Amino acid sequence: MVTINDYAGGKPAWCPGCGDFSILAAVKKALVDLQLEPYKVLMVSGIGQAGKLPHYTKCNVFNGLHGRPVPAAVGAKIANPELTVIAISGDGDGYGEGGNHWIHAMRRNHDITYLVHNNQVYGLTKGQASPTSDPGSVTKTTPDGAPTPVYPIALAIAAGAGFIARGFAGDIEHLAGLIKAGILYKGFALIDILQPCPTFNKKNTYAWYRERVYKLDETGYDSGNEMSAFEKAREWGDRIPIGVIYRRETSSFEEQVPALKKGPLVKQRIEPLQIERLLSEFI
Amino acid sequence: MSVDVNFMIGGEAGQGVQSIGFLLAKALVRCGYHVFADQDYESRVRGGHNFFRVRAKDSQVYAISVPIDILVALDRDTINIHRTELTRGGVIIYDGEKIKDAGDGGTMFSVPLDRIAKETTGNTQASNTVALGAIFGLIQSDISLLSKVVLEYFGAGNVGEDNAKAVKAGYDYVLQNYSGDYARSLNAIDNKQRMLINGNEAIALGAIAAGCKFVSGYPMTPTTPIIEYMAAKSREFDLVVLQPEDEIAAVNAVIGASYTGARAMTATSGGGFCLMVEGLSLAGMTETPIVVVLGQRPGPAIGLPTRTEQGELEFAIHAGHGDYPKAVLSPSTIEDAFWLTVKAFNLADKYQLPVILITDHHLASSYFTADKFDLSQVVIDRGTLLLIGDYASGSEYKRYRLTDSGISPRAFPMQQEGVLVVADSDEHNEEGHLIEDAETRNNMMRKRMKKLVSVERDVALPKIYGSQEAEVALVGWGSTCYAIREAVDILLEQGVSVNSLHFSELWPFPSGGVSDILKKAGRIYIVESNASGQLAHLIQAETCVKVSDRILKYDGRPFTPSDIVQEVKKRNK
Repeated sequence: MVTINDYAGGKPAWCPGCGDFSILAAVKKALVDLQLEPYKVLMVSGIGQAGKLPHYTKCNVFNGLHGRPVPAAVGAKIANPELTVIAISGDGDGYGEGGNHWIHAMRRNHDITYLVHNNQVYGLTKGQASPTSDPGSVTKTTPDGAPTPVYPIALAIAAGAGFIARGFAGDIEHLAGLIKAGILYKGFALIDILQPCPTFNKKNTYAWYRERVYKLDETGYDSGNEMSAFEKAREWGDRIPIGVIYRRETSSFEEQVPALKKGPLVKQRIEPLQIERLLSEFI
Repeated sequence: MSVDVNFMIGGEAGQGVQSIGFLLAKALVRCGYHVFADQDYESRVRGGHNFFRVRAKDSQVYAISVPIDILVALDRDTINIHRTELTRGGVIIYDGEKIKDAGDGGTMFSVPLDRIAKETTGNTQASNTVALGAIFGLIQSDISLLSKVVLEYFGAGNVGEDNAKAVKAGYDYVLQNYSGDYARSLNAIDNKQRMLINGNEAIALGAIAAGCKFVSGYPMTPTTPIIEYMAAKSREFDLVVLQPEDEIAAVNAVIGASYTGARAMTATSGGGFCLMVEGLSLAGMTETPIVVVLGQRPGPAIGLPTRTEQGELEFAIHAGHGDYPKAVLSPSTIEDAFWLTVKAFNLADKYQLPVILITDHHLASSYFTADKFDLSQVVIDRGTLLLIGDYASGSEYKRYRLTDSGISPRAFPMQQEGVLVVADSDEHNEEGHLIEDAETRNNMMRKRMKKLVSVERDVALPKIYGSQEAEVALVGWGSTCYAIREAVDILLEQGVSVNSLHFSELWPFPSGGVSDILKKAGRIYIVESNASGQLAHLIQAETCVKVSDRILKYDGRPFTPSDIVQEVKKRNK
C-alpha cells in the first residue's frame, strides 16, 4: 500500500505562498491514488523553480539542463517504457528554452506526462518576462512591454498532442485528477498549470484566478472536438477554462517501435557474437 | 611485378558515379586485391563534378595515389579536369557519341555507353554499369565475379538483370573493339574473404557489438550513415534509433537513456557537436556514460560540408563548461574505427563519463579492405554496478557515494524496490540532491576529477611505425595515419631515416609516456589536416616539448603520401 509518506521529501526552497507547493501536493496525491511505488516513477526536470520539485519528493530523479527535460525524459522512456516518466518544467524552461523539444515530442507522441508550471514570469532569475507573459507586461527586460505570448494549449493541439489539459495550482484535488489522467494516457500528455507567483507576478494571484477559472467537465464540453478545443485554448480574461481541453486516443511512439515489443532495452542482453552475420555482408 | 592500379570515375551527381565506383571496388576485393576507395563530391543532389577513386594492389593499400591509370569520364568536365592526371600509357574511357571532339586518340577510348545501354536494357539509365563492364574488359578481369556483385547490389529483379546485361555488354564491347596498348591485367588472384568497409560502417558495427541499444542523431555529413546503418539493423538487433528535432535533443535523449541503463550513442559533425556541448557537461556532472561520434569536416561554420579536416581536436578536448572528466579517442585505421568504438563504450561505463570518438570525413567515408573483426575479442565492461545483494533494504542508495576511486556504484531506475536513483546537474550531495555548501562542492569536484587520473591509465600511447629511432619523426593523429605510413615507406626507400608516431587516443593526454617517446624522437614534423597545428599545441602544453615544424593541410582534401614526402624533402635539408 503506497501512502503519502512514501513520497515525503526534502524541505522546499520556494517562496512562501508559491504555487509550486500546491503542485507538489497534487503530484504526490496523483501518484498515491494510482498506487505507484516511488521506484517505478522517474521525474525529469529542467531548471527554474519548477525544476526543483523532484528534490522535494521521493522517486527516481533526473534534474537536467535548462529547457531540456523533455528530450532526457524521452530517452529514459524509450530505454525503459515500464517506468512512469513525468517531465517537469516551467513556462520559461518548457515553452521558451525548450520550445522546440516540446513541439516535436508532442508530434512524435512519446508516452510521457509533461507538467508545465506556468506563472507567466521568470522566478529564479527574478522577474523577467516569460514566453507566456501578458502582452504589454513591463518587466526588467521588457521596459516597453512584452510581445505576443505563446498560447501553449493552441500550439499543443496544432502540434498533434493527444492529451492536453490545464490545471490550477489553487485546486489540488482537480489538478491531481488531471495528472492521474495524464499518467494513464498512452502518449504525450501536456498539463499546463496556472501557478500564482506571489513574488514577481502581482497580477495573476490566487484571488485573480479564483474569480475566473471554471471547470470544463461541469459544462458538458466535448474534449474530443479539435475545433472547439482551439476555441477553448484561446479563452482568457474574464473566464478561464480548466480541465481536459483536448483528448484523442493514439498509439504512442514507444508502442510502435519494434525493438520495444520484446521488453525494455535495459533488460536486453548484449551478445557481440551475434553480429558475425553483419560482417559477412561486407565480404 | 607488383600490381598497383589507380582508377577514377568522374561525372555529375546523379549519373551513378558512386554506385559503379563502389561496385568496382567490391568486385576487385572479390578478385583477391586489396582496395582503397574514396569519393570527392559536392554538397548538391544533381549536377556538379564528382569523382570516385579506386586503388587496387596485391598488397595492403590504405591511401590514394596519383597518377590515374584508368579514367572513366561520364561527362566532358571529367576529361577536362583530370586528363593531366593520367599516367603514361593510361586510358580514358568515355562515350564518344555523346562527348564529341574530346581530343587526341592515343589515350582516348570511346565506348558508346548510352547506345549499348539502350540496346541491352531499353533505356540509357544503365550507361554507368556499361562503363563498369568496360573497365573490367580493359583490365581483363573475371566478369562472372563482377556480374555476381552487380546482381547482389541491384537485387535479383528486373533492375538487377538489366544491370548485369549492361555490364556484360560493356565488357564484351571492349574485348571486341579495344586495340590499344593498355595491358595491365587484374585477373582474380585469390579467393580469401576480405571486407570492403568504410569508417562509418566500422563504427556502427562497433557500437552494435558493444551493445549500444539507443542511438539518437540528427543527420549531418559525414556521420549520417552511422545512424542510417543502425536504423537499418534496429529490428534485427533490438535497438532504437530516434531522429530528434536537433542535436541538443539528441545528446539529452542519449543521456536520459543511459541514465536509465541502456548503452547509448549519438553521431554528428562539428556544427551539431557545438549544440551538444552543454549536454556533454551535463553527462560529466551527472556522471552519465555516453558516446559521441564527432565526424569532422572543414569549418568554421558550414565550411566545406562534404570534405575533410581535423580542425576540432582542441574543441573536443575542451568541450563543455566547467571542469569535468572526459575521454577523447581518435581512430587512425579501419580496425581502430571498430575497436575504439567498443573501447569508448567500455571507458564511458567504467568511469561514468562522456567519451568522444573523433574522426573525420576521410576515414568515415573512405572504403578500406580489412579482415573480419575477431568478435571473440569484444569485451563488454559495464563498470561498477550496484548488485542486488549490495543494497540493504531500508537504507538509502547513494548515486554519488564518495569512494577512493571516485567511482560510485551505478544503479538504474526500477532496478529493485527501494533503490531510487537521483541525478542532478546542480552540484549535489552523495544522494544526488542539490547543495550549495563549499565542503560538499569540494568533495564532489575532487571525486569527479579523480576519475580523469584513472582513465589516463587506460589510454594507449602513440604507436611507432618504422624503426624505434630515426632522424625524422612524423607525428600525427587519426585518419592521416595511412598516408603518413606510406610516406615513411617511400622516404625510407629514398634513404631518409624516418619513422612515425601516431596517436589514436588523445585525452586524457598520456603526458609522461609521450614525453619519454618524444625525447628519443628525431626532428619532429607534425602532420595534421588543420590550419593551426592542434596536436602540436596539445603536445607543447602537456609535455613542454616545442613542436615548430608543422606540415598542415586545410584545403578539405585528404593528405596523400606524396604531399608529405614532398614537404619533408623540401624542409629536411
